[in-house]
Amino acid sequence: MRYGYYPGCSLERNAGAYHTSLMAVAAQLGVEFAEVDDWNCCGATEFIAVNRLRAYALVSRNLALAARQTNGSNGAAKGQLVAPCSACYLNLSKVEHYLSQSPALASGVNNALAAGGLSYEPGSVRVRHLLDVLVNDVGYEKVAARVRRPLHGLRVAPYYGCLVVRPGFQGRFDDPEYPTSLDRLMRTLGATVVDFPLKAHCCGGHMTQISRDVALELIRRLLKNAADYQADMIVTLCPMCQLNLDAFQESVNGLFGTEYRIPILFFTQLMGLAFGLSPAAVGIGKEFVDARPALAKIGAAAPAAAEAAPKRKPRRGDQSLPLPQMPEEEL
Amino acid sequence: MATSASLSRTSDFFREVVAEAPVDPHLEACLQCGTCGGSCPSGPDMDHTPRALFAMIAAGMRDAVLRSNTPWYCVSCYYCMERCPQEIRITDVMYTLKRMAIKAGYSAQTTAPKAPGFAQTFVDHVENYGRSFELGLITRYYLSHRPLDALKMAPLGMGLLKRKRLDLSPRPIRQIDQLKAILDRAREIDAAHST
Ligand code: SF4
Ligand code: SF4
Ligand code: SF4
Ligand code: SF4
Repeated sequence: MRYGYYPGCSLERNAGAYHTSLMAVAAQLGVEFAEVDDWNCCGATEFIAVNRLRAYALVSRNLALAARQTNGSNGAAKGQLVAPCSACYLNLSKVEHYLSQSPALASGVNNALAAGGLSYEPGSVRVRHLLDVLVNDVGYEKVAARVRRPLHGLRVAPYYGCLVVRPGFQGRFDDPEYPTSLDRLMRTLGATVVDFPLKAHCCGGHMTQISRDVALELIRRLLKNAADYQADMIVTLCPMCQLNLDAFQESVNGLFGTEYRIPILFFTQLMGLAFGLSPAAVGIGKEFVDARPALAKIGAAAPAAAEAAPKRKPRRGDQSLPLPQMPEEEL
Repeated sequence: MATSASLSRTSDFFREVVAEAPVDPHLEACLQCGTCGGSCPSGPDMDHTPRALFAMIAAGMRDAVLRSNTPWYCVSCYYCMERCPQEIRITDVMYTLKRMAIKAGYSAQTTAPKAPGFAQTFVDHVENYGRSFELGLITRYYLSHRPLDALKMAPLGMGLLKRKRLDLSPRPIRQIDQLKAILDRAREIDAAHST
């Protein structure tokens, strides 16, 4: 199986571990992701806030390149474009959907694309999220057949976030409010999946850059929910979710006086580990919250994380009453 | 209660919002049921719930709507759109309002004054290089808009650097001129349309 692949900016650097692990897993499963040549950023949620047609043209350049490069020759699935980043997935599928719906928008966009010698015919690219392709095209059975080191005893909270399940511009592959495909995938790997009621709630996206306290509260809720159900780790399928939950966990602890140390891994990293790959081969060690203690449970010796866990600072603003805590949170 | 359709006939602002949206958001169908506000993770921090904002749009309260922090606190989670019984494209309306607020010069006066700066810095960046490189983006944004907060972000930046999760230089795409030509043309077309 061969697909067009749109990595998105995050996977080039900040979420490099996602790219490394998904490529390693794809190789094991006989799937090939051919990167769209010379793709540009899809604009996240920011671009569209500033200018309408430019935002659509920005994304459409990627669609035009993808349509041209995944044309069914050399065994590529025609027009199938895979995005591992939730925001990229949403932007690409939304723009494609709106172009198909609105001839006026499509002609404006094509007029702009023509300035760069490109054109795009609505309907020629179908955008898929990586999870969709792995569970529905590859399938659970094929994944199960590759498991060499089952994740027995590992308690995993599967986090979907928003945009992979909502609003489903190009069709849905899971429930928009209580999705289960990632749960089933994790079970296929042998992990114990904990109930995680907030699994499709929002982590705040770029809110960390806009209003820190609002963002940290959204992140805190998710961490608390996972801790309440005694998850060893949260698995994500979006680079921004990973960054928010991982890199800001210390800030959450500082603001709320909590002690969370919940590692946040990409679901493809756990797939790779279950397939018997080494932690280094799936990019373990780049996370802020050290995943080694949790991974010790499945006998996957992990390399040292980039730095030792920082010593706990005394809580700021000690006039406040201590927050009520579930006993499990002390873990 | 007046139907939203009849309200819409009374407000120029309502028509302006609908015309600015990428495809018709069907705002006239809003029942004022409040499902959107109740589903919104940012609800408690918003000046107005999405429902209230839509009533204000129908009532033509241009100033108050464009000054509201509500669109800037929308994190695009699409919960409201999922649950809206009328299938109104709520998230699109939020984007549209952000754009209108920037255009009208109101964005700096909202109670979320940091948001437009971040959006603009992000956009400038992508327009210049074709891809976003996080360090450049963050430093440029903080130095130009929030010099004091830049210090608070330093530990995060260092942590990302140590883990090799941050680029020190931008990665321009190969055909950046092609991208610029496309975006320039789009800007012209947009300008010609909004009179
Ligand atoms: S949404 Fe984020 S990851 Fe995706 S292309 Fe844009 S900046 Fe890059
Ligand atoms: S959970 Fe956060 S990063 Fe993930 S899709 Fe939602 S807003 Fe974006
Ligand atoms: S959920 Fe829909 S119909 Fe109900 S108030 Fe919100 S926009 Fe209006
Ligand atoms: S999309 Fe925006 S307005 Fe709608 S529920 Fe999410 S944050 Fe609230």
